[in-house]
Amino acid sequence: MEMQTRKEGSAIVVTITGRLDAVTAPQYEKTVTDLISGGEIVFVVDFDGLDYISSAGLRGLLVTAKLLKAKGGQIRFANVKGTVKEVFDISGFGSIFQMDNSVAAALATIS
Amino acid sequence: MKYDKIQCVAKVENLIEVNEFVGGCADRFGLDTKKRFGLLVAVEEAFVNICSYAYPDKEGEVEFACGVDGDAFVLEVSDNGSPFDVLTLPDPNTTLDIMDRDIGGLGIYFIRRLTDDVSYRREKGRNILRLVLRRTEEGTV
Repeated sequence: MEMQTRKEGSAIVVTITGRLDAVTAPQYEKTVTDLISGGEIVFVVDFDGLDYISSAGLRGLLVTAKLLKAKGGQIRFANVKGTVKEVFDISGFGSIFQMDNSVAAALATIS
Repeated sequence: MKYDKIQCVAKVENLIEVNEFVGGCADRFGLDTKKRFGLLVAVEEAFVNICSYAYPDKEGEVEFACGVDGDAFVLEVSDNGSPFDVLTLPDPNTTLDIMDRDIGGLGIYFIRRLTDDVSYRREKGRNILRLVLRRTEEGTV
């Protein structure tokens, strides 16, 4: 997995590519948790380059979403599609997270 | 049935190797993209379960055996830990809100949902989880 973060207005955009699995999910969780500890509370995660996710990956996403909800923050997921979307849908995560068709659309709902 | 096999230590870092092996077997069989993806998720869930629970006090191994049964791709994942049937675990409630969702319990649910058939047996001191994925979608053709 490759991961990049950048600031867009009040939000942190997190780009993840490759695989979010039992090996890589801790890296995602640590990066986002550190940013939350640093005071960031608005996140957009861009899934455009993600081609695989397992329950360990979803668990990482859920941990960060719970942390943010407790702090009055928010996290939105952009470009969740294909087989990754199917995993979201089977797990019920597709309906509990806020999903957008693009990073721009996610940012527009925030500002 | 003839099986292609691989053994490795039950450590999560070995997931990449396991994935390459199973993915390669699925490609030789000609499993379609969607089923191949489901298979790889199911394999990760089975492997991670074994890494987490099969060998609490020592290092142990896992074997993956891929085979073909008529029109079906078969994968048997086995360990020699204490007898444990992962299929006895309940499904998670997938309709709860974020704050109420439990972190976990999804792995076995994915194994059930992403394969066409899954069964457990204890044989010669080993836990064997058998995953079956048919070449064609159930209910079609």
